[in-house]
Amino acid sequence: MNAALLHDLVLAQVEIRSRSGEGCVQENGFCPSWIADNFDRYVSPFWQHVYLTLVSVAIGFTIAFLLALVAHRRRWLTGPIVGVTGVLYTVPSIAAFLLLLPLTGRGNNTAIIALVSYTLLIIFRNVTTGLRNVPEEMRDAGRGMGLTERQLLWRVELPLAVPEILAGLRIAVTTTVGLATLAFFAGAGGLGQEIYADISFKSNVVAAGGLAVLLAAVLDLFILGTQRLLTPWRRAARA
Amino acid sequence: MERLSLEVPAGEICVLVGPSGCGKTTAMRMVNRMIDITEGDILVDGKSVKDRNAAELRRDIGYAIQQIGLFPHLTVAGNIATVPRLLGWDKKRIAERVDELLELVSLDPADTRDRYPGQLSGGQRQRVGVARALAVDPPLMLMDEPFGAIDPINRERLQNEFLRLQREIRKTIVFVTHDIDEAIKIGDRIAVMKVGGKLAQYATPAELLMYPADRFVEDFVGADRALKRLALQRVRDIDLWKAATVRAGEPVAEARAKLDDADVPIALLVDDNNRPKGWLSERALQGERVREELRSPAEPVVELDDVLRDALSDLLESETHYGPVVDANGCLAGVLSIEVIGQNLHTPPEEVPHGADAAVIGEE
Repeated sequence: MNAALLHDLVLAQVEIRSRSGEGCVQENGFCPSWIADNFDRYVSPFWQHVYLTLVSVAIGFTIAFLLALVAHRRRWLTGPIVGVTGVLYTVPSIAAFLLLLPLTGRGNNTAIIALVSYTLLIIFRNVTTGLRNVPEEMRDAGRGMGLTERQLLWRVELPLAVPEILAGLRIAVTTTVGLATLAFFAGAGGLGQEIYADISFKSNVVAAGGLAVLLAAVLDLFILGTQRLLTPWRRAARA
Repeated sequence: MERLSLEVPAGEICVLVGPSGCGKTTAMRMVNRMIDITEGDILVDGKSVKDRNAAELRRDIGYAIQQIGLFPHLTVAGNIATVPRLLGWDKKRIAERVDELLELVSLDPADTRDRYPGQLSGGQRQRVGVARALAVDPPLMLMDEPFGAIDPINRERLQNEFLRLQREIRKTIVFVTHDIDEAIKIGDRIAVMKVGGKLAQYATPAELLMYPADRFVEDFVGADRALKRLALQRVRDIDLWKAATVRAGEPVAEARAKLDDADVPIALLVDDNNRPKGWLSERALQGERVREELRSPAEPVVELDDVLRDALSDLLESETHYGPVVDANGCLAGVLSIEVIGQNLHTPPEEVPHGADAAVIGEE
């Protein structure tokens, strides 16, 4: 895909905004008062961004988690799964959105499919690593006490893998917030659309970009808090 | 593993000991089917383990392993409750059982119950591990080097505590270790195994030390096996020498008559309560009445409950090589000498009566 075509496509999907105002705005500067006055226009793209991120991560987590459980029982599946999700992960993100367009059309579905495909490898890797890092003597003690394989998984292995699993989730969420800024290529809007709509205007880029960064930070802290709640034993051991 | 056949009497500790790679852990793990047997059979309480669901079988057999294997994400109470929960006990019963077990292993329930394993010392963790293995009061317990990861001083203490506990709970225990000293200390019976899962000898500790079956066992128990036997016995277990006990002011003729009768050639001065005061000098027995003239104090004083090895060590350090033995009240019970100990080492140990109603027989 050559640069000119890409440019046309972007232009075709983004409505370029016209704006009027005094000096700072005319000079494409950083104007806090303009941001304050025009904040409304970012609210709905922000919620769209939240929606894309959460839905994609939730679907991605479900798929990757189930795949990891399957691969935990059948080790030989790990290689092929890492292979496939790895290929998905390496497809350049803009290309992924554009390649999906003819298949799934413009809109949320296309964006979510692409975003999900990027979370799979990260989450799968972390869940399998977490399960694999459970010390062998834990498994031995559990089996020796009469836990079935399923009980061992839910009562011992998964609780012990929580830190790694949630670490994977944090990376996936932060990455997805970033990638979702490109979702407008698939016609799914989000904060990215606002950024590209007036990319030369600093106030606009700072406001839209700042919201994306803020979103990533808030979600990250939320998962971190969840991890603390779920693993009281880790803090207790350090104290 | 080949042709291993053992019988463990109920309520006894059977120690599987041998060099690494001898299959002792494998043999132990066959009992609760952590490793499946391909040939032969294992009977627990007369029933074959092969006829039972592996997970259910394991819930009925206490299991404690090296590194203890406590779950770090569960509290002490949660760890102990693992098997009771699998068996569907109600909360109240579990909580009561947890407290009862913590007390049994000398931990304060209120202080320990809600802690995580990471907050406990090695010794405390080990005790929780034992409590967890005892949770549903299984008649049979499997223990794989449970004291393996503990420093020597605490290990000694935990071993003593474990033996005290066993006197209370009387479980049938299959205990795996590579440490022959631990085996001798802990075991009612010891199975010495050779590389390849062969049984070299199965005997009581005393028999093992007295009559090693072959060169391998002899080497394995070590060159100091006579001393190890002494560690197994207490002073009260052996026939002591009789001393001439003399009181100050008693007629010398009487004292000399006693001296002719005694095993020890020196008269021992005692007080009115028969407590030893010291060895009399030759001059004390001249004249008409015994005078209080000591050639040496009555040291070392040995107690009936002392371990023979420790008593021997005291004797070797003393001047006379005789040690007055006293009972719990300090009254004389006899005299220990190096000769007495020497003679004792030449007499065979007494046979332990067999009585088996829980048996473990493995063969493969």
